[in-house]
Amino acid sequence: MSKVMAVPDQALVDPITIFPDICTGCNLCLHVCPVDLFLPNEEKGGPPLVLWPGECWYEGSCVDICPEPGAIVLNRPPATRVNWKPRSECKPRTDVRK
Amino acid sequence: MPTFDETPGPMEWPYPIEWDKTDEIDTDVLVIGGGASGCFAAMGAASRGARVVLWEKAATMTSGAMGSGCDHWEMAATNPCSRVTPEELADAMIRGHRGYNNGISHYIEARESYDRLLDLERYGAKIRDTNDEFKGADFRDDATKFMFAYDYVNRFTLRVWGTTFKRAMYRGAKILKAQVVDRTMGAGLLTEGGRMGARVVGAVAINGRTGKFTVCRAKSVVFCMSRPTRLWLFAPGATGISEFRPPQCTGDGHAMAWRVGGSFTMLEKSLRGEWSGLRSFPPYSTGNNHNTWYACTMIDAEGRQIPWLDRDGRELQTVAERYRPSPGQKFYMKGGGEPDFPFYEFQGPETLPVEEALKRGYKLPFYADLTSMPETERRVIWGMMVGNEGKTRTPVYKAYNDAGFDPARDALQSYGDGWRSGQFLPQERQFFGIPGGMVNDWRLMTNLEGLFAAGDVLFASDCVGHAAATGHYAGRHAADYAASHGPVTLHQPQVDAERARLFEPLQRQKGLSGQALAEAITRVMQNYCGAVKSDDLLHEGLRGLEDLKEESKALVARNPHDLLRAQETLNVLTNAELVIHSCLARKASSHQLQFTRLDYPEMDPPAWHKFVTVWRDEGGVRNGELPIDYYGDLADNYERHNADYIAGARP
Repeated sequence: MSKVMAVPDQALVDPITIFPDICTGCNLCLHVCPVDLFLPNEEKGGPPLVLWPGECWYEGSCVDICPEPGAIVLNRPPATRVNWKPRSECKPRTDVRK
Repeated sequence: MPTFDETPGPMEWPYPIEWDKTDEIDTDVLVIGGGASGCFAAMGAASRGARVVLWEKAATMTSGAMGSGCDHWEMAATNPCSRVTPEELADAMIRGHRGYNNGISHYIEARESYDRLLDLERYGAKIRDTNDEFKGADFRDDATKFMFAYDYVNRFTLRVWGTTFKRAMYRGAKILKAQVVDRTMGAGLLTEGGRMGARVVGAVAINGRTGKFTVCRAKSVVFCMSRPTRLWLFAPGATGISEFRPPQCTGDGHAMAWRVGGSFTMLEKSLRGEWSGLRSFPPYSTGNNHNTWYACTMIDAEGRQIPWLDRDGRELQTVAERYRPSPGQKFYMKGGGEPDFPFYEFQGPETLPVEEALKRGYKLPFYADLTSMPETERRVIWGMMVGNEGKTRTPVYKAYNDAGFDPARDALQSYGDGWRSGQFLPQERQFFGIPGGMVNDWRLMTNLEGLFAAGDVLFASDCVGHAAATGHYAGRHAADYAASHGPVTLHQPQVDAERARLFEPLQRQKGLSGQALAEAITRVMQNYCGAVKSDDLLHEGLRGLEDLKEESKALVARNPHDLLRAQETLNVLTNAELVIHSCLARKASSHQLQFTRLDYPEMDPPAWHKFVTVWRDEGGVRNGELPIDYYGDLADNYERHNADYIAGARP
C-alpha cells in the first residue's frame, strides 16, 4: 500500500489559533480533543497541527486543559458573533401601545 | 484576527498504521460509548463484579454531549430538599407528552439521578456550594448547600458545577476497574450464529488513529452512543457544528442495531430545526431566558421590560415569582422534561410571546438584561450557569468576559425569538426534545437478547441526569445478565464480513468525499421526509437512499481518522433509512409527535395512540406496536427488578 497521508480539511472556519512562542508542545489539547482534529508536530516540542478545523465543536476542552495561559485560543466563527451594549443605551424613543 | 497562515499541508500519517492487525478480547460486559451514560454503565456493571470494557470513539475524559460541562441536573426527586415524589415527576413526564414517553427510563431517572450525583461527588465533582458563594440566596438550601434551578419551592432540579463532572465519571470508571479504551469506535454488532435478531455476543471496533481492528467477545453489551444527527441538517465546511450535539454523535448505535434486527419506536417524531451550525447562534450564547438563562429579565430596544406571565396569563410583579408555581399549582416543569407543547398542569412562567410583544409595541431587538436581576440571580446565571454549561464555559463565558462584557452593565442581544436565535425552514428537521430510539424492557434490555441500552439510545430520552441514571441501571442489569449466562461463541464469517465492510473505503485514493455524501443524505431527507409526509414521498425517499448507497461504494478514506468519519456518515445513511421506515409505519398524523401525513390527515385518531415499532429480519422490514402504557405500574415494576439496589447493594 502507498504511503498513508493526512490531508487538511477544506473548512469555512478557523477555530483554533496556537501561539508557537507560548506553546510547549505538551500535546494535552491533542489528547482531550473530542473530535481529534489535531495531529502531533513531527518536530518534538512543536505545537500540534490543526488538520481538521471544520470538525471543531467549539466546546473548548483544548483551551481548558492547556497549562500555558494564552498558548491556545478558540475563535468563534465570525457569522455567530453576538452584540451587547450598555443597558443605559436602551432608551425610550416612542410610547408603547398597551 | 487569526489567519490561515499556519494551515498545514498534506503530511505523512504520524501514528503507527495497524489496520492489518486484529486484537481479540473477551469480557463480561462491553460498554460502547464513553459519555455520561457509558461511564455510568461501566460503573454500574463493575459495581456488580463484572469484567468491563468501555470503548470510546473520542477521549473519555472530555467526550460526550456533556463532556465539557453541564449546568443543571434534572429530575432529582430523591434529593433531601425535593417536595415531589418520583411518581409525581414520572407522571408529569408521561402525561405532559400525552403518553409518548419512556415511562421506564424516566421513572429510573426520578428514582436514581440523585444517587448518581452523590457518586460524582465521591469521585471529586462539585455538587454543593461548598465555598458559600451564594449563602442566603433563594435558590440555596443552607443545610445541604445544594442549589436549585427553576421551581425553587419544589427543588427537584439542582444547579451543578458540571465542568467537574466528566473527569469524575472517568475517574469513577477507572477506580472501579473498567478497562477504558479511547479513540476506538464500536462499529458493528456480532450475534449468535451471525443471525439477525439473535442474541448479541460481542462487537467489532476500529481505532481512529491506528486503524486497528478489535473483536470483542462479550456476554452482554450496553449501547451508550447517543442519538442520530445530521439527517436533515449539515453544515459543509463547518461539519462540527452541524447540530446541537457533538459531531461524533452520529447515532452509531442505532445504525449498528438496525443492521442486526434491533427494534425502534417513535423515530417518526422530528422537530423543525432549533440549533444548527452557521444557521443559528450557539446555544445560550445570545440574550435569552431559557434553561441556563432561566428566568432572566428581557427588555426591548428601548429598555422596557417584557412582562413575565404565569400559566393563567397573570403578569408577575417580581423576579422571585418566576421561580414559584402559580396559585393552586403543585409544581412546574422546566429545563429538561418539560412538555413539547404547553400543558397547563405543569406549565411554568414565561415571558409574553414575541408576536404578542410586537403587537403591543415592544421594539426589536430584544435583550437579556442581567443588570436589573437581583445580585445573586445575576451571579448564578452569568457565572455559575454559563460558566459550567459545556458549550458556554470557554466560547461564551470566557470569551465575552475577555472581550469586556459586564453583566452588571451590559444588555446581551437576542436574535429571532431569543431562545433558538435562528430561523429554520419546515423541512430542516432535527431530533430534539424527546425523540425516538430503541425499545426497552424493565432491565433496559432491547429486543435483542444481551443488548442493553442507555441514555439517548433509548427512545424518549433527554438530558444528562437521564443518561447517568439509565447508564448505571443498564450496566447493573447487563452485569446480572452476564453472570447468569454462559460463554459465547463468535461466528467467524460475520467477523470477516464486518472487517471487509468497515475497511472498504480504504480501497481507493479517489472517489466520493464524506461531506458530499453527508450533504446528499440531508437533501433526500428534506425532500421526501420533511414537514409533510406521505407513503409516496417516503418511498421516493427510500429510492433516493438506495441510489446513495450505490454511490457510497466510491467513498474514500485515506487514513484512520477519515475512515472513522466515513463510517459515521455511512451510519447516518443507515439511520436515514430507519427513520423513513419509522415514518411509513405510522399511518396517522399526530400533533404530539409533530408528524403530519398528507395521506392520513386526521390528527391523533385514538386507534393510533400507541407506540409503533420497526425492526428488520431476514425477510425485510417489520412493524409492530406496543400499548402506550406497556411498562405497567412504575413503582411496582421498578421495585420488582431492583430489590438488590434498593437494599443498598450498590457500593
